[in-house]
Amino acid sequence: MSAWLRIVLREVRRAWSSGGLLLPVAFFLLVAILFPFGIGPDARLLARIAPGAVWAAALLAALLPVERLVAPDLESGVLDQFAVRGIPDGSVAAAKIAGHWLGFAPPLLVATIVAAALLHLPEAALPALLASLAIGTPGLAALGVATAALVAGLRGAGALAGLILLPFAVPLLIFGVGAASGQPGAIKLLGAVSLLLVAGCPAAAGAAMRMGRS
Amino acid sequence: MSAALAFEDVACVRGGRLLFEEVGFALGPGDALLVRGPNGVGKSSLIRIAAGLLPPAAGTVRVDGGRALLAEGIALDSELSLGEALRFWAGLEGRGHYLVDAENRVGLRSLSRVPVRLLSTGQRRRAGLARVIASGAPVWLLDEPANGLDSGAISMLEDIVARHRAEGGIAVVATHQPISLPGAQELTL
Repeated sequence: MSAWLRIVLREVRRAWSSGGLLLPVAFFLLVAILFPFGIGPDARLLARIAPGAVWAAALLAALLPVERLVAPDLESGVLDQFAVRGIPDGSVAAAKIAGHWLGFAPPLLVATIVAAALLHLPEAALPALLASLAIGTPGLAALGVATAALVAGLRGAGALAGLILLPFAVPLLIFGVGAASGQPGAIKLLGAVSLLLVAGCPAAAGAAMRMGRS
Repeated sequence: MSAALAFEDVACVRGGRLLFEEVGFALGPGDALLVRGPNGVGKSSLIRIAAGLLPPAAGTVRVDGGRALLAEGIALDSELSLGEALRFWAGLEGRGHYLVDAENRVGLRSLSRVPVRLLSTGQRRRAGLARVIASGAPVWLLDEPANGLDSGAISMLEDIVARHRAEGGIAVVATHQPISLPGAQELTL
């Protein structure tokens, strides 16, 4: 097995083992549940806002694991050990993105089915919503790792992470909701934005990790 | 084992402050360097420069051969058992089969199943040393390797470094504690 795959697997293991996975998913469901409470039991209205509510909840849930993605590795010297072994920072960041997505997205998709039921989303609309999340979450994971690398070691990292991540996630939100609502072309734009983030974030996160080390 | 590590006129600036300058040495197979000096004088920074983690402010660093670093950070996942945590790093280099021997040599074989978070300071140091041994890298960079070690473990450390040098390896040891490295060059910052 290649070194890169081992780093990916370590990320997946860390996501699943520390209970770090249950928390974002529970948070996601809770946010999704808040909407029916706040808006009332009007099934038609809820169904209309469901894609937007689910996507907003997904963005907020994506913020939760940010603090454990890079900062602990910087502190304990794991990033140093990768660097001494000649593994490029960008490659470590890419492995972190892949591992984070594998740990974060599947449970989120399962939870989306529950959230969609709570929001009275018609069954026919569920596949489009799931597809939009499946396409958008890699971009969200990339953004999460890049943010984590930027704020690692700073005070108030959690609050800062929100301020950095959420503005960059707005295009994902717009095209994600558009794709989930069946707007033509939105799914392609969502894919483009997600791809752009997945391509660009490893370099950005790698540079931030290099800065954090020196 | 062919290995070399050389500093030429290396300077280090941290936070706008000059820590040291015009540091130079050349190490070949079997050589060792003992870096001494009071706290905050730049011993750890020198190790990090040698490890390639920190660019020198001036001068050149030449390294031939793989490097292994023992630093303050333990870099082992605290939720894993010691054996699993070490296996990750050994596996990364495709040297998992060297791990049992490394654990034996630092006297941690019996603690292989103990979670990393339960290890004492000295045991963590020894775990880091086991990772260095298992890496098979010829250039060892040890930052305060004797921290938290009892006298028995310090002589074990001396034996391990001596054997590494006898096999043609290089060791750079930064420490404020007395460690015996026969025939080592000394650098006082």
